[in-house]
Amino acid sequence: MTQVNPDFIDKVTTSEEFNATECMNCGVCSAVCPLEIDLMPRKLFRYALLGLEDKVLEHTPAIYQCLLCKMCEANCTADVRIAENVRFLRAYISKEVYKL
Amino acid sequence: MPLPTGDVIGIMMDNLKKRKSVFPISRRKAVKWSKKLDIPIGGETILYTGSMYQLLPYMIAAVKRMGKMEDSFLSKFVGMGRFFNKFFNVSAIMFRPKRADHKRFRRIVRDIARLLMQAEVEFGYLYKQELYAGALAFDMGADETFEAHARRVYDLLKENNVRSLITIDPHTTNVIRSVYPTIIDGFDLEVKSYLEILAEKDNLRPINEVSGEVAIHDSCVYARYENVIEEPRKLLERAGYTIREPKDNRDLTHCCGGPIESLFPKMAHEIGGKRVKQLQIANGGSVATMCPICMATLQQAANGDLEIDDISSFLVRAFCEPEEKSKKKKGAEEKRSES
Repeated sequence: MTQVNPDFIDKVTTSEEFNATECMNCGVCSAVCPLEIDLMPRKLFRYALLGLEDKVLEHTPAIYQCLLCKMCEANCTADVRIAENVRFLRAYISKEVYKL
Repeated sequence: MPLPTGDVIGIMMDNLKKRKSVFPISRRKAVKWSKKLDIPIGGETILYTGSMYQLLPYMIAAVKRMGKMEDSFLSKFVGMGRFFNKFFNVSAIMFRPKRADHKRFRRIVRDIARLLMQAEVEFGYLYKQELYAGALAFDMGADETFEAHARRVYDLLKENNVRSLITIDPHTTNVIRSVYPTIIDGFDLEVKSYLEILAEKDNLRPINEVSGEVAIHDSCVYARYENVIEEPRKLLERAGYTIREPKDNRDLTHCCGGPIESLFPKMAHEIGGKRVKQLQIANGGSVATMCPICMATLQQAANGDLEIDDISSFLVRAFCEPEEKSKKKKGAEEKRSES
């Protein structure tokens, strides 16, 4: 069963880099993504904002598959820094999981 | 079985920490492009290659090897490879680039330097001291490794009294110009891409007639991170080419797939294939790229169906004399001055 991790919420919401709260869930980002991954990026950000760390980590391959090409960001109507948010999640995984 | 992401990134980050580069390039090979160009050592303004073009032969070899390991039982051994790579340079043994790849990427860096010389831009070079800028570590989120490396690069530049950098690829441009200032207090270096510098130089005029249509592939990093969009077009047009735009272009350019090649080679190849189709529709002949990663990924995806080359190769044909001719001319001038 998925559990909410309050520490993870704190890390995400207090970070200056992670600004996915601005997301209106319009879906343009998913529509223009060259990878056509349905998860990326809005659903993934929702998991992060809800503190569902397990769900975020379950999708580690998708987080690293992101091209950081910013096609989504160029089309985002809410000015979400999508590439930086994905990079934030990578930094979290690199440190906490991969111990890099 | 997919490649183990943590171990693949781990190998590259261990290399960066221990060997100052994500791939095992020797300093001798990294500076070989500059042979007999008589570029001064150091100076206030330097050409900063960040070894990106020079590293590409290793990346191509790594991707080929990783592609064979992806979805096979061999991927289980990547973790073991990472363990041994900490003690001796396993990646140097595993990823053996082709000599032809070294040669063609060296030629590009040399052409870029020659274009700057032709435009009478004064610059030096740090030769064997120069370091990779760390873009891959930043992209992979290995923040501690990246920050330590960025400080090492910045300190090196400061020790050499560098004030201004001329970069030659989008990743090095972006990471030094836009990321370093966010982590280094008092960052005060001027960073410009050679494309931006050449576009401003009105004295750079074609000396050879060129013609033909060239499709332009914008790099995501140049176009969407650094707003370098008009400069390559201005230069190609000034050279005499007719530009053909693919469906996705300028700030809405389509990624080549290269950024994920080391972790997901098959997926990267599929994305490259989609972009190649767009470029084929725009122009079935020549394509100009401005990033070594884009160039290598698209060449692989096109499999010889398109002439995909770095923008500098197109520009040098118009703006510079062929190297042999220019060497003879220089020799004759020297003889005249001696007599």
